[in-house]
Amino acid sequence: MIHFVVHDEHDSVGVVVVEGVKSGQQLTGWIMDQDKEIKVRAQSDIPIGHKLAIQKLKEKDTVIKYGVDIGRTVAPIKVGEHAHVHNIKTKRW
Amino acid sequence: MNLSKAKFRGYKRENGRIGVRNHVIILPVDDLANAACEAVANNIKGAMALPHPYGRLQFGADLELHFRTLIGTGSNPNVAAVVVIGIEEEWTKRVVDGIAKTGKPVAGFGIEQHGDHDTIMRASKAAKQYVQWASELRREERPLKDLWVSTKCGESDTTSGCGSNPTVGNAFDKLYPHKVTLVFGETTEITGGEHLVAARCRTPKVRDEFMAMFNRYQEVIDRHKTSDLMDSQPTKGNILGGLTTIEEKALGNIQKIGRKCLVDGVIDKAEVPTGPGLWFMDSSSAAAEMVTLLAASGFVVHLFPTGQGNVIGNPILPVIKLSANPRTVRTMSEHIDVDVSGLLRREMTPDEAGDALLDCMFRTANGRLTAAEALGHREFVLTRLYESA
Repeated sequence: MIHFVVHDEHDSVGVVVVEGVKSGQQLTGWIMDQDKEIKVRAQSDIPIGHKLAIQKLKEKDTVIKYGVDIGRTVAPIKVGEHAHVHNIKTKRW
Repeated sequence: MNLSKAKFRGYKRENGRIGVRNHVIILPVDDLANAACEAVANNIKGAMALPHPYGRLQFGADLELHFRTLIGTGSNPNVAAVVVIGIEEEWTKRVVDGIAKTGKPVAGFGIEQHGDHDTIMRASKAAKQYVQWASELRREERPLKDLWVSTKCGESDTTSGCGSNPTVGNAFDKLYPHKVTLVFGETTEITGGEHLVAARCRTPKVRDEFMAMFNRYQEVIDRHKTSDLMDSQPTKGNILGGLTTIEEKALGNIQKIGRKCLVDGVIDKAEVPTGPGLWFMDSSSAAAEMVTLLAASGFVVHLFPTGQGNVIGNPILPVIKLSANPRTVRTMSEHIDVDVSGLLRREMTPDEAGDALLDCMFRTANGRLTAAEALGHREFVLTRLYESA
């Protein structure tokens, strides 16, 4: 069963595609562009559609999704942790 | 899906364009004419009023856009005939004359010196004739290239970028080689992916025109913003759905233009493309505003991916909704025409999802009502550029 999807293997985040992901749960991810599977343990409860980090991120790191820069971290993010507006901001506007 | 011999059944209009709906519309030039238009549509079954809040004391480019949008709406091949009503004769005539260039039946009525009652009576007589005339028009088989297909997404979330938007991209990649006229836009929602769109422009001239439109809109944002636009772009709905930054939203958005088709040209709001291929329209990203502009540009079928569940429709342009979010498909099923949530469970390939969307597009073009049409969603929202005089 697929719990989250990743666009590209170099991305720093994946997207949860099932409802009810709980902290501590072992998750299976599908990397779409390379058609590979990865395993990550969730470090937070993560709603459907929300992101989890699949790489360890420091504060002020660039976040990569679709192989492209989607913003910067404003707090460190652990692998498996919920990655959203509380720890990522735009570099534009 | 092999589209080399694909056909659809549509209504051939006087100017050669092909429509997939056969509406008779009662079109107000201004807010003051809404009541008369709605009265006519109430009198004459099968006629549809398109009320809106603008059209008085506009000037310059904003007024030009107002006229272009109204004339474009009346000229759309999904419209068989038009009754135009305005408070005064001259601006009414301007809209009538613009629509009349298509050769379709159109009549205009000014309210001043007549009042609502007399105007409604005369306009109702014209509308009755048009409705009965249109009811005898028949669909005929047409090649795929006669179809004009638009796209714009709404209430996006991260599943849009993984599922429903790439499904539109898959469909666009399949339609493009068959000389279909295609369009996308949403200028601010390209922010963060503008370099990717620029790289897809067919010529340096198109690329320069695209970047000029993109940069102009960024200046508008910079001039008026009071924050980083959090809650507007991305919207609160986007954020609730898991989208974090405008860059992330933009990269999901541009999945809609697929991986192969090139951007052949750019158009202004409500401007009509001059040939087949993929066009970029400089437009707002607000759903009803942009779909109204696309209808005014002459597009006849719209592909609308959604994540969190936008419910938009349009009076004359059938809006086909698709979603890859399993929760949206479950909780808002009455709004979704094509369920591609199987993509995210690896139960459906992108190619199968694209084919499912194209199948729904052909059925819709042939006359099947979309969910938005069946539910009566007729959002007709005119874009304003600045204050009235």
